[in-house]
Amino acid sequence: MSIWDFLLQFGGRLTSGTLYTVAQFLLASVVAIVFALLSGLGKLSRNRAIRWASIIYIEIFRGTSLLVQLYWIYFVLPLFGLTLPKFVAGFLSVGLNIGSYGAELVRGAIQSVPRGQWEAAYALSMSPAKRMIRVILPQAFVIMLPPWGNLLIELLKGTALVALISVTDLMFEAKQINGSTFLSVQAFGSALVIYYILARFLITPFMRWCERAMARKLSRT
Amino acid sequence: MEMSAYPLELPEDDRPMVRFMNVTKSYGALTVLDQLNLDITRGEMVTVIGPSGSGKTTVLRMLMTLETINGGVIYVDGKPLTHMPKNGVLVPANERYLRKARSMIGMCFQHFNLFPHMTALQNCMEGPVQVLGLPKAEARARSEELLEMVGMIDKKDQYPSRLSGGQQQRVAIARALAMRPKIMLFDEVTSALDPEVIGEVTNVIRKLVNEHDLTMLMVTHQMGFARDISDRVCFFYQGRIEEQGEAEAFFTNPQRERTKQFLSAVKAAD
Ligand SMILES: Nc1ncnc2c1ncn2[C@@H]1O[C@H](COP(=O)(O)OP(=O)(O)OP(=O)(O)O)[C@@H](O)[C@H]1O
Ligand SMILES: [Mg+2]
Repeated sequence: MSIWDFLLQFGGRLTSGTLYTVAQFLLASVVAIVFALLSGLGKLSRNRAIRWASIIYIEIFRGTSLLVQLYWIYFVLPLFGLTLPKFVAGFLSVGLNIGSYGAELVRGAIQSVPRGQWEAAYALSMSPAKRMIRVILPQAFVIMLPPWGNLLIELLKGTALVALISVTDLMFEAKQINGSTFLSVQAFGSALVIYYILARFLITPFMRWCERAMARKLSRT
Repeated sequence: MEMSAYPLELPEDDRPMVRFMNVTKSYGALTVLDQLNLDITRGEMVTVIGPSGSGKTTVLRMLMTLETINGGVIYVDGKPLTHMPKNGVLVPANERYLRKARSMIGMCFQHFNLFPHMTALQNCMEGPVQVLGLPKAEARARSEELLEMVGMIDKKDQYPSRLSGGQQQRVAIARALAMRPKIMLFDEVTSALDPEVIGEVTNVIRKLVNEHDLTMLMVTHQMGFARDISDRVCFFYQGRIEEQGEAEAFFTNPQRERTKQFLSAVKAAD
């Protein structure tokens, strides 16, 4: 079967799978960013309970495998009375997992904002929250943008695992097509190319664009 | 001295703008300020000089409450700054109290520390809007007036990265003044500048001395400038005031051996 015939026949399913993958990616990104911010800030908090909660989250999700986390959230949580739809379990697991890595980026970026910035904000009588929101975080964002680019690509790759709990994403469709046609090269070849295009031609340029937009405002030397 | 021996407020007839009372600061075993007593009267310009490591910056940072205090009390305008009254005695001030108490004090740093993600004007408006809660228009008017005063009005929409050191420092002075402080602190504000732009910053400080009734405490290595504009000079040596006096007399006729040595060493280096 030529590649054109293949695409003609399975293009619809690949497209639908890609849309699921993109949706998983976007939602998981939101979860990852929110949890990274909360736990990254939490780890620096003066409040012990908040600090420990953040540390425990980061340790658990960084220290164990994404697949195990996915199975826990989808198969084990229901035994404790929390049943999530597979679609939600999918992006939640991926987001929580990547968020725990993002937390370290947030913490590191906040700590690498020069001390003088804290002091200048302090000298203007700004409250701790204002100092963080108005002065430190905007600068920390610029510092952590490049590593976040890499992390989001990791996140995209991580979403492929949601196929294992039958979310009908790109990987799931590729596996289905392969299973029924045994056209492994075409099936997994298209998946490969599509993942690559998403990472290389959507995420990377978008992050570059963000970096440039920020750098225009803030060219610290 | 027992904490209960410190007054909750200074008496009406004895209220300098700033009073350091037995102020001690140490880092581990290293005592940086040793039982410092220093009064600064309203509107006075006091310059702190001394060898590196003598505690000059520490004095300013203690007054800005950027450092915690290990002993003694600092009073500003008669009220405790580093402490707050509780059940009739002074206890270390909490964040809320400090935020209010330090709002009378402004500080300029050696490395300017402008917010790089805000324009010159936004830097100046940040405190008035976010801390004092002024309406934007009023904060803008106030900031533009100050930028005018420091000669930076035509650069008001530039980001700090596009400004020279001297220009950044002038914006930093305007930013501090926008909070309407009663006390201004300058820590070696010209030390990071190229020699040819030092004048533009010192001229602004001169202007402040002449036109405002600010109380100022300045650390500098520029003896000529200190002599010109200070009312009083304090020479620090190993965390203590070794000698202090009216500026002209201090420089023409220093009393202590260490002062003489320091002054001649500085002169030789110039
Ligand atoms: N955070 C700190 N931890 C430990 N020691 C410190 C700290 N800050 C200052 N010191 C020490 O305190 C002493 C006084 O420092 P300070 O910065 O006040 O000196 P200075 O008179 O301003 O010197 P310079 O002219 O070099 O600026 C120095 O010995 C310094 O090493
Ligand atoms: Mg110093």
